[in-house]
Amino acid sequence: MLFALFIVPLNFALALWMALLVNKAGRGTAFFRTALFIPSAVSYVAASLIWRVSLFSGTPFGLANHVLGLFGAHPIAWIGTASPPWYWLVLVTARLWLQAGFYMIIFLAGLQEIPKSLYEAAAVDGASGGWAVLRHITLPQLRATSVSVLLLNLIAAFQAFDEFYNILGGGGASSGNIGLARPPLVYLFSLAFSSQDFGRGAAGGFILTALIVAVTLIQGRVFGFGGSEK
Amino acid sequence: MKMLTRRQFLRRQVLGTATFAAGALLAGCGPQGVPGARVTLSQWYHQYGEPGTQDAVLRYARAYTQQHPDVAVQVLWVPGDYGTKLSTALLTGGPDVFEGSLTAAMVRAGQAAPLDDLFSPQVRADFSPRDLAANTVGGKVYAIKMLDDLGMIYYKKSLLAAAGIEPPRTFDALLAAAKALTTDSRKGLFIGNDGGVNALLTLLPWSAGADFLQGDKIVFNDPRTIEAYRKLQELNESGTLLIGAPTDYWEPSSLTQGLAAMQWTGLWAYPAIKRAFGRDVGAVPWPALGSAGTPVTFLGGWSQMVNAQGRHIADAKAYVQWLWLQNTQYQQDWCLSYGLHVPPRASITRTAGVFQEPVPAAAASALAQYGRALPPDWNAAMGTALTDALTNSLKRGQPLPAELAAAAAKCRRELERALEKYHHRSKKRGSRCQAPKSAIPAGAQCDRCILGVHGPDPAWAAGLHLDSHRLGLFAELIARPEHDPYRSLYRASQLRRSAHRQ
Repeated sequence: MLFALFIVPLNFALALWMALLVNKAGRGTAFFRTALFIPSAVSYVAASLIWRVSLFSGTPFGLANHVLGLFGAHPIAWIGTASPPWYWLVLVTARLWLQAGFYMIIFLAGLQEIPKSLYEAAAVDGASGGWAVLRHITLPQLRATSVSVLLLNLIAAFQAFDEFYNILGGGGASSGNIGLARPPLVYLFSLAFSSQDFGRGAAGGFILTALIVAVTLIQGRVFGFGGSEK
Repeated sequence: MKMLTRRQFLRRQVLGTATFAAGALLAGCGPQGVPGARVTLSQWYHQYGEPGTQDAVLRYARAYTQQHPDVAVQVLWVPGDYGTKLSTALLTGGPDVFEGSLTAAMVRAGQAAPLDDLFSPQVRADFSPRDLAANTVGGKVYAIKMLDDLGMIYYKKSLLAAAGIEPPRTFDALLAAAKALTTDSRKGLFIGNDGGVNALLTLLPWSAGADFLQGDKIVFNDPRTIEAYRKLQELNESGTLLIGAPTDYWEPSSLTQGLAAMQWTGLWAYPAIKRAFGRDVGAVPWPALGSAGTPVTFLGGWSQMVNAQGRHIADAKAYVQWLWLQNTQYQQDWCLSYGLHVPPRASITRTAGVFQEPVPAAAASALAQYGRALPPDWNAAMGTALTDALTNSLKRGQPLPAELAAAAAKCRRELERALEKYHHRSKKRGSRCQAPKSAIPAGAQCDRCILGVHGPDPAWAAGLHLDSHRLGLFAELIARPEHDPYRSLYRASQLRRSAHRQ
């Protein structure tokens, strides 16, 4: 749950920021859009393995440790260290890399719906600087899109499994690490299949579904489902 | 180029279709049966890491069919999470012959058939007593050990000699050696990417003289275990452990690539280490901890079992007997030609050339002297509880005694749950069995029930517990030659209804 509260705003903000940038890119829009979207097509397992074995490996030869070495710092065991919890950096960067592109596309579509006349009117009225335009025109117009992105984000956050299972070790030789960050699906998976308690695992799955539905409904109540604006 | 005439084209088309149809028909054959064989046995193996193993098992199966043409063996090589796939399959039938580690739960669920009659006295004497004991539940042998695995700390002899260190025989010596061998580009010791939690969870307390499950008591919540895990913490904090290597401890590349000076890995890795280092390699078992401790290594490996719910139990037993007990060549090939494993049969170990070399010989004697394994009642849920306790205290700084106490309580509950399913509250002769019907799975072998219903049969599948009178009626039903299990289920539920009406 805490993970959801943390990762959803981060994902949201990153996707929005990328969409705003890409929208302004002029000729390069198509290229950047594709380049930033391609990570979404990458398998979560493949990305997790690359993150674990070559980018954030604990040896001095991993990319992150190599960069640290250039600054003269000692190599860090990114995934095994719990204080400070560096493994969160690995997990969050993997997740953002894999997912932000997808939400960026949704935001881009929303951005392109905004009529240019609004911006012209704002310029005429003397709205100065990008922040004012962002706060008063872009974000309100993106309301429907934001709601849907938030919804998808929340659901995905509750369903987090692949990167946790693969980066922290899947109950095999590194099962000591999987206890560091165990989202509900990983717990249910090990309950059902390692401990052979299928009844509880299935029940847990239902409860998780109910939880996701409940959160979705609450969000819909609070923010509206993006229906007709009054 | 000659143009294809219409007739030729049609002929090719028809031929193609016919072949396709025949292929489709044959594809439907599948595991139902190889044409020409009276019986087709299905056999499951997990995906061994050593190359050549898959071809080997197929070869053994083909050799059996050559000698017994009416029995075909279909081998399934299962990648990924074999344990999960196997237990899921065993819930509803499953393969005739499979490999794994025997647990008491398997026996109680009727998934393993007793194999005592396959052992002749000479073969039984040839098998290592530890292996036989590990595969025995309730006095009967339910699995045949195919290969024995164990772990050792491997080191490069020249490195230790250059630093002036003896091979470590106690934990403190190991810690000192790791510290002395750590340099900027190389760590002293590699025991897994999680700091040794998985590798040493059971080994450290064993090396300190503690134990986990004795009989039906959870005994790991005691000061020796706490001391052992505190030592692991000390090892982690000393900065001499390699964490975050590209492969985990069961793969020797961290040692052979020079990422760590010493590595805890298994005998299976010895051929790879030998290729890298030649004779410059030594190995010791995990050292003793404290005055009450002993060196220790794990007794692992794989055993082959016959599915008691299978349709061809006699044929499966004959196959397994032929493969592992009637001759030694297959076990020898299996243990020695792909990676290196200690054969459970002493006659092979004595005569094999590779076991005259120093490291394998040390390994075999360490296994015989110091090999330990968890009892069959220990299950995955208990392992997870203990692992979590250790991870929390090691990595998150929670107090260890409290974590261990909580884990012990969890394990006790798990144990009770596993054993309680088969306890019966009423022992009066002739009375109805009081156990909760849902708790006993189909085919359970009831070892405490005074009624003495044994083996898999539809009455149990119906969740029935019949008193002796109705049991007699039921026995008459199923003794009839036109016995149809579904009919008996229906009849059995009628009997149950009549029993409840009383």
